[in-house]
Amino acid sequence: MADLEALIKAFSGIGVDENSLISILANSNHEHKKSLRKGYSKFFIEDENGFERLHQSTIKNLKLEFKRFRDAVVLSLLHPWERDARLIEKAMKKGPRHYSVIVEIACTRSSNELLGARKAYHSLFDHSIEEDLASHIKGSERKLLVALVSAYRYEGPKVNDDVAKSEAEILSNAIKNADKRKPIEDEDAIMILSTRSKPHLQAVYEHYNKICGKTITEDLEAEGILKDTVECLCTPATYFTRVLDAALTVDADEESKKALTRVIVTQKELREKEGYVPNKIQGILTGSYKDFILGLVARGEN
Amino acid sequence: MATLKVPAHVPAPSEDAEQLRKAFEGWGTNEQLIIDVLAHRNAAQRNLIRISYGEAYGEDLLKSLDKELSSDFERAVLLFTLDPAERDAYLANEATKRFTSSNWVLMEIACTRSSYELFNVRKAYHARYKKSLEEDVAHHTTGDYRKLLVPLVSAFRYEGEEVNMTLAKSEAKILRDKISDKHYNDEEVIRILTTRSKAQLNATLNHYNTAFGNAINKDLKADPNDEFLKLLRAAIKCLTVPEKYFEKLLRQAIVKLGTDESALTRVVTTRAEVDMVRIKEEYQRRNSVTLEKAIAGDTSGDYERMLLALIGCGDV
Repeated sequence: MADLEALIKAFSGIGVDENSLISILANSNHEHKKSLRKGYSKFFIEDENGFERLHQSTIKNLKLEFKRFRDAVVLSLLHPWERDARLIEKAMKKGPRHYSVIVEIACTRSSNELLGARKAYHSLFDHSIEEDLASHIKGSERKLLVALVSAYRYEGPKVNDDVAKSEAEILSNAIKNADKRKPIEDEDAIMILSTRSKPHLQAVYEHYNKICGKTITEDLEAEGILKDTVECLCTPATYFTRVLDAALTVDADEESKKALTRVIVTQKELREKEGYVPNKIQGILTGSYKDFILGLVARGEN
Repeated sequence: MATLKVPAHVPAPSEDAEQLRKAFEGWGTNEQLIIDVLAHRNAAQRNLIRISYGEAYGEDLLKSLDKELSSDFERAVLLFTLDPAERDAYLANEATKRFTSSNWVLMEIACTRSSYELFNVRKAYHARYKKSLEEDVAHHTTGDYRKLLVPLVSAFRYEGEEVNMTLAKSEAKILRDKISDKHYNDEEVIRILTTRSKAQLNATLNHYNTAFGNAINKDLKADPNDEFLKLLRAAIKCLTVPEKYFEKLLRQAIVKLGTDESALTRVVTTRAEVDMVRIKEEYQRRNSVTLEKAIAGDTSGDYERMLLALIGCGDV
């Protein structure tokens, strides 16, 4: 009905359109509001005392809901370059547990998209990404992360198979020697992962499998963002599926849920993959956040 | 400022292409005509001439030049004709090949080009060599050189003039500490030199001088035979006072027994459209003789004429 639509519309901007909200509600009589609440069944439940009560947890969720909803709206409104620059800056400030976001952006964007993010970062923060990461990060992740954001990978299909094979061996050795030296600090491993093209790295991935009988990601299970790096570069679909799965469970934490917003908004291809996301979303998300996300998925737009 | 002289009325690219074609025809080559055209057109104009030549005669102008010309003159003409980004990509690629390997050329390109120019070099490198510049540099360098050069060619430095003096002080101190301990390849040294903006670096190094009594390059002269230190000092010069770096390179190229044509050609062709005016001033200041005179005294023939035209000698 028209008012319900208008109500949804009022909540659909950045922040709530309080005037519309008020005018709708003010002009609705009791019966009308009742039917509105009944229509908005996710937010209101039938109280045993005969009224539609705002679900207790919904009050709390509404706040979070709108926050995520707003995050989703803002993220999808921002230019992708600005969006990625802001995501990187935020992740860097939040600390090591969020560095996977930096890896995600550096490794799953195209070369020109990453360049765009670097340009946007200049404009937004008056620094380069690499100088901020390098001076901010003190731990063992520094070299890898700085190298990853500095890449401008060749994007053609050409691969030198002999080189791919020998680099698979180099990576294998780096992982085997983990007790002597952390793989994430191995200069050769960093060079390979941060300078080679993605098709080349996929060939390296295949060779590693042949040589070691396991995938690199299996062998890097304990290696945090190094594993994320390989996954994002060689098998991005696996990476995103893993992130979405973690976000779409009932007891997912706030960070995992934020990942959902980020991934859905930024990954066009994933959104076009039929069925997977919409079904799960139906079951777990609620309210306008869900509608918005579903809308993004259906639209298949960026 | 550029020394390249372009006439007030530039012929249409097709006319220039025709002139060049005429210069190739018949017995021998009209080198002066080639200089008259190519050494007096800016990068955009040269690109149009190349396109026009290709359309009219079915061959890349550079290929024709390669067929007709030889030795130092040819190299100067070919290098200058190339679009600046392509030229740098060519020079960088050459520098990674075994027999012409030169860390200096890589450092020079990475440190004296602007952030955007350097990125255009990386794009041109993709197009021409089907690889990234950084993967070739990583693959063909080792140890400390790799640690320094890969971040240098991958940098996309902030280009604003803003300076943080607190940071300048703290990073000058870091540099001082590392240098005193002779940890020249320390990660912090590399970090500061390869990521900070040029304005910030200038502030940091000025503070270094004020606070510690010596310019950083003086402190980096501890071991005169250390090649890595030489490269480090040169990188610092390139980042802060490039005209002084180029002046020295020219001086060494000319004064040596014989001439280092490779360096001379590279400096003249790559700076003619950028800051050759300042380099010339610096040269005269330092050597009490004009660059023109020095080049004329040390080179000859078409090669000499090409170089002199590029540094602004003679008529348009």
